[in-house]
Amino acid sequence: MEYKAPVEAYAGVVREVIIGEGRKSLKIGGENILPLHFFDQGSNANPARFALEVLDMEPQDWPEHLIEPFKDVISEPIKWAKKCQDFAVDAVSLYLVGTDPAGKDTPADKAAALVKEIAEAIDVPLIVYGSGDENKDAEVLPKVAETCNGMNLLIGPVLKENYEVVGRAILEHGHTAIAQTPLDINLLKELNVKLSKFFPSDRIVIDPLSSALGYGMEYSFSLMERVKQIGVITKDNMAMMPIIANLGDECWKTKQAKESKEQGLLWEGITALSLLLAGANILVLRHPVALSLVKETIGVQ
Amino acid sequence: MPISGSEIVKMLPGRKPCKECGFPTCFAFAMKLASGGTTVDKCPYLSEEVKARLVDLLAPPIKLVTIGAGENAVKVGNEEVIYRHEKTFVHSPGIALLISDREDDAKIEEKIKKIQELQFPWVSVNLKADLLAPYYGSGNKNRFLALVKKIYDSTNLGMVLISEDMDALFAARDICADRHPLLYPITKENVDEAILKIKANLTPVGLRGDSIEELVPLTTKLKDSGIEELVLNPGSKNLLEAIRDQTFIRRAALKHGFRPLGYPTIAFPCFMSQDGLKEILLASAYIPKWAGIIVLSDFDQYSLLPLLVQRLNIYTDPRFPMAVEEKYYEVGEPDEYSPVLVTSNWALTYFLVSSAVEATKIPAYVCVKDAEGLGVLSAWAAGKFSGDSIGTFIKKCGVADKVKHRKLVIPGKVARIKGELEDALNLEWEIIVGPKETTGIGAFLPGFAKQLKG
Repeated sequence: MEYKAPVEAYAGVVREVIIGEGRKSLKIGGENILPLHFFDQGSNANPARFALEVLDMEPQDWPEHLIEPFKDVISEPIKWAKKCQDFAVDAVSLYLVGTDPAGKDTPADKAAALVKEIAEAIDVPLIVYGSGDENKDAEVLPKVAETCNGMNLLIGPVLKENYEVVGRAILEHGHTAIAQTPLDINLLKELNVKLSKFFPSDRIVIDPLSSALGYGMEYSFSLMERVKQIGVITKDNMAMMPIIANLGDECWKTKQAKESKEQGLLWEGITALSLLLAGANILVLRHPVALSLVKETIGVQ
Repeated sequence: MPISGSEIVKMLPGRKPCKECGFPTCFAFAMKLASGGTTVDKCPYLSEEVKARLVDLLAPPIKLVTIGAGENAVKVGNEEVIYRHEKTFVHSPGIALLISDREDDAKIEEKIKKIQELQFPWVSVNLKADLLAPYYGSGNKNRFLALVKKIYDSTNLGMVLISEDMDALFAARDICADRHPLLYPITKENVDEAILKIKANLTPVGLRGDSIEELVPLTTKLKDSGIEELVLNPGSKNLLEAIRDQTFIRRAALKHGFRPLGYPTIAFPCFMSQDGLKEILLASAYIPKWAGIIVLSDFDQYSLLPLLVQRLNIYTDPRFPMAVEEKYYEVGEPDEYSPVLVTSNWALTYFLVSSAVEATKIPAYVCVKDAEGLGVLSAWAAGKFSGDSIGTFIKKCGVADKVKHRKLVIPGKVARIKGELEDALNLEWEIIVGPKETTGIGAFLPGFAKQLKG
């Protein structure tokens, strides 16, 4: 039997989404091949992008080995964000955990002012995640969008409960949206359909939720694989958005990541690499060493 | 590309409904053959030639290979899908620990001990590495054979025997042949010389090529010689080559029915990276990318556990949610004043709840109600997490004997079952509506526990 390399070619192209403004801008997605399938026909317009996460307040439950790379700036989000740039990040992701009504409950205008200061202080695009409280985010995220008018931040989570108010503010002020749904392909497409009624599809990044290794990672893995395939192979219009894997928080919550430095690095690194292989276009991690390990393993300089 | 019953029936005698195969017609027999429910030899009227062709056509597209013996046997191959969401992956890759005969005796000792001792209970399974891979690098054949003998005598594990020297390889095989070791590497240079020796005492064979193309004539030649338990190394040198080679082999076997590549693969992160953590990350890419055997230069608790958990995750059947046993679990060392919480038995739910409780450092009882592996809200919607059924479970699980108080915390998402559950427990328990998300447990539990003590 004659062997012929089973090369494939697909009809769908993931939309290329641009975040950041001017010289800070960054392209995400744009591929018409499956992750790292450089041997198939097609092209990978942009490599997988990597961001490090910064909190808007001093972290409460981080293990020593996670704080260590940032220990001198951990209570100063602006310096912390700037320091992320020492680790060759493509973007910085700011998690507004302090706005959570169950926690510090920072008011919207104060949070928005901090976002603006950080966005101005760094030379890479800024991703902003609200606390995830659908009502508080509906106050905070529109305020962030307005305060940072025209900076094209990547803002989320836009949820099915608040997509109208949050989505419209993101659109009106020239930003890009993270549409987030809980580990379900139908909910994911449904939110994209609803959002697309008034929001341009090439300004949406999808977040199907990233569970950590050992804590449901296989659900995120298979969901991202499926989304990528129905986007690239079957050309489903509502699945052709780049995928964000916001995995740092979930990984470093686990007892195993907290246990020791090396185990933590591998916990986050294996989760990130698995989700990258599944189809994530931009990955948000917490530990700079885990980030560089993953990049070096793929062979990206 | 499995063959269909209607294609098989064309190859059967078909003239007489003899029923000697035990089926009423040739068509019924063919349908059963296609689904794997019977075997070709049941039909007495097939020529040897047709029989052989049918056996070949009906064989699984990726050969099942067994390395090791008894309860430590590792079975790889016989996979049916490229992506786990299409159905499920079946035989999780064997994790092998390389032991070079150039390592000093203390290190060898340590590795043999380590692979047996590093075991991790995880939900309802026990995670561990599977194989040892003695490697001939010293140039001293007796030292290599002594190493193989030592492993054979002191463990029950299966082995991957690695030696470029054929004499040493087959001498090692003869020490442990009943353990069904994998012989590696057979290459285009040594295959002709090796075939007779392999057949002298048949065990699985690992093939090495510089490319997939180089493997094709090798597998063809060995299969024609009656050697069919093969494992392939296409010579990938880095992650990108690994993904290319693994993808091509899997596609060729499953989508194109290309028999010469219908075998499991073996991967060597141990030779691909000098850095311990990067080696583990490379191995972790091979797990979802279909390797059959993964050989590591070394591991410790911190590196083996994440890899084994990843393997478990990826090889979990996506059609069935992972569930934990219905009972009360103790988190920390709870006493009679400790909180009692109830949740459903989806493994993930249980994991999130118990680790959130653990993080508060407040000992507690987490009662896990069988809800057929569903999360709390889905379970409630499906009638598996109703007040009545939880009440029955709480009464019989014995947690009431463990605590003096009668306060039961239910997930905030099913606040509506409060009344029903109170009734089911004859109003003996006060039902407390807990946080909606596990992330809320950290804020909720300390205050609540204080009340119980108070």
